[in-house]
Order: sequence, then structure tokens, then C-alpha cells
Amino acid sequence: MRPFTFSKARDVSSAISDVTSHEKAKFIAGGTNLLDLMKIDVMTPRHLVDITNIALKTIEENEEGGLRLGALVSNADTAYHEQVEKRYPLLSHAILAGATGQLRNMATDGGNLLQRTRCYYFYDTDTPCNKREPGSGCSAIKGYNRDLAILGTSEYCIATHPSDMCVALAALEAKVNVTGKDGDRVIPFAKFHRLPGDTPHIDTNLKEDEIITSIDLPAKGFAEHYTYMKLRDRASYAFALVSVAAALEMDGDTVKEARLALGGVAHKPWRKPEAEAMLQGKPATRGQFQKVAEAYLEGARGYGYNDFKIELAKRAIVRSLEQAFKMEASS
Amino acid sequence: MENNSPALPPKQTVKLRINGAEKQLELAPWTSLLDALREHLNLTGTKKGCDHGQCGACTVLVDGRRINSCLTLAMMQEDKEITTVEGLAKDGELHPVQQAFINHDAFQCGYCTPGQICSVIGLVNEGKAKTLDDIRDLMSGNICRCGAYVNIVKVVQEALERSETR
Repeated sequence: MRPFTFSKARDVSSAISDVTSHEKAKFIAGGTNLLDLMKIDVMTPRHLVDITNIALKTIEENEEGGLRLGALVSNADTAYHEQVEKRYPLLSHAILAGATGQLRNMATDGGNLLQRTRCYYFYDTDTPCNKREPGSGCSAIKGYNRDLAILGTSEYCIATHPSDMCVALAALEAKVNVTGKDGDRVIPFAKFHRLPGDTPHIDTNLKEDEIITSIDLPAKGFAEHYTYMKLRDRASYAFALVSVAAALEMDGDTVKEARLALGGVAHKPWRKPEAEAMLQGKPATRGQFQKVAEAYLEGARGYGYNDFKIELAKRAIVRSLEQAFKMEASS
Repeated sequence: MENNSPALPPKQTVKLRINGAEKQLELAPWTSLLDALREHLNLTGTKKGCDHGQCGACTVLVDGRRINSCLTLAMMQEDKEITTVEGLAKDGELHPVQQAFINHDAFQCGYCTPGQICSVIGLVNEGKAKTLDDIRDLMSGNICRCGAYVNIVKVVQEALERSETR
């Protein structure tokens, strides 16, 4: 690792003043992604502000009847929290589908949102990458791109967002509470992560001086009909080729409301509310699910090695919705 | 890299509590907990495999929870109770999980074993593994390239049974 200076923040405001008063400064919490990237020179901060002593470590009821996840609660404590398991099993399952026991104990909820892509070229400092080095080019578009994006890509970047947790948070329409030197604001989950466009080096709409303080889950948790389906090359500790967070609110066999988010296919968890709306008031049949799957993948584009993801995603959507409807065990 | 250059940021004082003993060290801020254990405290039972959180050889217990010591800074682990494989045996007797690795022949070269042992203890503390598939999934952060997995699963089963009857 390249040398850096280090300080510990006691509260949010001192963390923000610490990070703004140092050049090339970053917050560090779980550290599982940042330190990994610092060891291979992909990220090279000159100062780290340790925020792990700040009191953002509780899960509490919020004003809208949902739960507020403190930004520094670990992924493990969130997934195994009694209220999360009971009211938001989709979120619990999604978190447990990612990483390992050790990493989930370390990684925080705020940090999960801020993890960087696992695109091989982003990690390989010998190759051009617009996300790592703006303007250097994208090695993935014509390279080995089996794991990479098929939706919302640009000519500058086809990276995917690696999180499982975020796919569930997108489907649940969570809100991200942040604080910066200009005060507090709330970012709807769909607006938190960005598409690559011509600025793929900017992953999220969080500003440099802003810190995530908590994540709000709305009251509606879809605990009756949900699935998190993660398709990957091995059964545990692998990133998704395609994942689907599916949630249904049913009235008998008729869909009252449907939520779908896809992981492993885009620079952010992929939502298409107008395609979800196609299910509203419709019977929960395979035929209806297939129509939604087609609509969800409209405009998808493969780059050679990842062409298979388009069909895989459609089938995963259909199977996830069937499982959510019947509430069979997820896989 | 940590020595000799006047341009480097200064070392900082770190107080760590490891296997029940207080240790005060002067460390460069970029020292991982793993490097602090191995290079500064001579606790070389904890192994460096990948140094990227992928293999689990560096697994230690912090306040009873298993973590990858390669992916955290020593400076961030002050005021916590750190347990390494060296701290498990009590009064000359191996920890039951250590003994179970021997009884079940659950290792060959032994390089991953300290991390596996700490991970099993952490897994039992978590109390979430109910089935064989759960065990395999929850141990996926520990790679064994000799392929002793079948017997490692037996160790975990035994450890879980013991924790239930305790």
C-alpha cells in the first residue's frame, strides 16, 4: 500500500471536516473493498478517516413505519437482525448471498452501497480503464467481458455494480440519508447509483464530502412473496452473473404490485417500473411473467462473451416471479 | 517500505489487546492487522495467503467474530479483544475445535488450518448453520487447496453439536 496519514473521527461533523481538510482523503469503515483496491494501486488515497467509532450502528424503527439501518451496522448484523429477517426477508437473503461470513462481519451497510465494480480491467492497472483512469479507454468492450453489463452501458464503460444487498434495496425502494458540509439530504435508491455515460469514474451521486448516515426501508417489505435469485459460477462466494430481486403483493392469484430489480447486468441495480406495472391487476401466470421479462431486457446488448446473459436474465426473471408467487425455496 | 524515509507519514502508537495481553506498538498507518500480528508481534500462526480477503488463511476473532485480518488496519482494532490461533489453547489443552481438526484428519499441509479453526469458532458463535449446506456456504470464505473440506465439515458438525449440548 502507498503511504497515507490516518485519523479517527468521533462524530459525523468531525469526519466531514477531516475529509475536506485533507487532500485525496477517503472515509474508511469496513475496509474490505477499499484496502483491497489500495493494495493493488487502484485506489490511492493520501489520508484515511476512520469512521468506525461514530454512533451509526443501530437498526431502529423509522417515521414511515419501516426500519432505519445505521450506515455502520455490519452486513451480517443486518441480515440476521430479527426485524429484517421477519419484515424484509428479501434483503436478508440478498445480503447472505454475497461475500463470506468473515467479510459480512466486517463490511458495513453504507460501504456496501459504495463498493466498486469487480470488472477485471478495473483491477488490472496494466490495462486502460475509463473508470480507473478517465480517458484511457475501455478494455472490456472488446475484451473478455463475460461478467460485464448488458443494460445501460456506454461506449466508455460496461462495468457492473457488484452488490447483492443493493439489488434488494432497489426493489424495496429504500432511501439513502446522507450528510455533507452543506447539510443533510435524502437520495432515493434509484438515484443513488449512476449509469456510466461519459463519466464512468463517478459511481454514485454521493459527493466527496458527504457521508451516508443511514438507509431507510419503507414500511412495505413484501415478506409474503419474494425471491432473491443469484445465478453464478459456484454456489457460494462468487459474484452474480445475473441476480433477481422479485417481490409481489398478491390478492389471491392476482398481482396487486410487483417489484423487480436485476443485479450483475448493469452499472447499477436495474429497475424498470413501467415493466413492473404490466403485472398490476394481472393473473400471476408464466405467460404474464414472460412478457415482463421481455420488457425488462428490451434494449439489452451483449458484447460477445456476455451475450448469454440476456436470455439468462429473462429466464431468471420468470423463475424468480414464479418462486415469489408460490414461495418455494429460493436458490 | 515502513522504514528509513523521512518523507513518510510518521508512525502512530497503537494499543492492541491480543489473546488477553495488552500490546503497545509504533506502526505505520498502513499496517494491516495481519502484518501487525506476524511482523511486529511474531504471532505467525495467523497466515498470509492471498492478502485480499479471498482465502481466509488470515482469519482471526475480534470480539468473538471472525474477520479477515488482512483487510483491516491495526489502527482500527484498538479497544477490541483480538484472538488468534495462539490464544485458543487453555492450560496446555487444545481448544476443542483444534483437537477436532486432529481427530477428523481435517488438514494436510496445514497452511489454511489456523484460519479454518478461527472461522469454525466464529461460525459456531454466530449460531446460524443448521444444515450441511449451511456449513458449506458459511465456510466458503476459507479455501483449502489440499481439499480437506469433507473432514472440515465433520469438524464443524461436531463443534455445532457440542455447542448445543453445552
